[in-house]
Amino acid sequence: MREFFAMGGYGLYVWGSFGVALVLMAAEPLLVIHRRRSVWRRLARIVRLQSEETK
Amino acid sequence: MSSRLINWFKFSSPVAFYPLAGRLGAWSGWIAAILIVVGLYMSFFVAPTDYKQGEGYRIIYVHVPAAWMSMFIYVVMAGWAGMGLVFNTRLSSMMASALAPTGALFAFLSLWTGAFWGKPMWGAWWVWDARLTSALILFFLYLGFMALQASIDEPRRADRAGAILALVGVVNVPIIYYSVQWWNTLHQGATIKMGGGASMDPVMLWTMLIMTFGFWAYAIAVAMIRVQAIILERERNTTWVTELVKAGGKA
Repeated sequence: MREFFAMGGYGLYVWGSFGVALVLMAAEPLLVIHRRRSVWRRLARIVRLQSEETK
Repeated sequence: MSSRLINWFKFSSPVAFYPLAGRLGAWSGWIAAILIVVGLYMSFFVAPTDYKQGEGYRIIYVHVPAAWMSMFIYVVMAGWAGMGLVFNTRLSSMMASALAPTGALFAFLSLWTGAFWGKPMWGAWWVWDARLTSALILFFLYLGFMALQASIDEPRRADRAGAILALVGVVNVPIIYYSVQWWNTLHQGATIKMGGGASMDPVMLWTMLIMTFGFWAYAIAVAMIRVQAIILERERNTTWVTELVKAGGKA
């Protein structure tokens, strides 16, 4: 196990590469899903307000 | 033939494309997750140790796919932007805007992982080599495209300005690709040549290809979700968006 994380002495470089890639590629989908959801919610609020006005 | 034409044009409208983008995004997301998990497993447990670079070479499995995607996404982005410019189709321009941040992400990752690979193998995080410099310019082109679009309030004008920047920047892509042949670079030549064989072990090659397809599916998934957000933002005053939101469901 320790040997695996040491990567033959290249641990910092291998994990520094894969780690940052993994963090960014996990963050981007979450951010983009959040963006779509927040637009949707904003629009839903506007639609609700408009339907109350016409009542 | 005529029916096929009609189908294609149907999806060039945001109304018809919106639900399709949702389905494509979801499917691509699952495919990406599976391929990347398999690719990571192969990167660390199946692919053999390199005879020259030991375990350090494993960075290749994230570096090369990220670098390929950064160039490929740029060409696709410029293609959509150009199509929006020529045919004045708003969805094409939205596709270009949806791809830019993901392309920038891959361009950044190619530089970052390149630095983390260069340090142990070359002894330097960065050198002003033709390949590295042109890849840095690609990253700046993405940032420039996004910054330019963000600085113009009127969306259609932003689309046109961005498209011109994107199209001019395409010249950089062949420069990146051929930089290792045209100039004497510290960066090694292409391992996999277009129209030629690959000079690497088949297991290593497959691992790299699986990671590349995983990144590809990832890019499609993220771009599709982002284009949905862009469509909702830009078309918010249209009847169809109002109806869609009224019909409910989650985003």
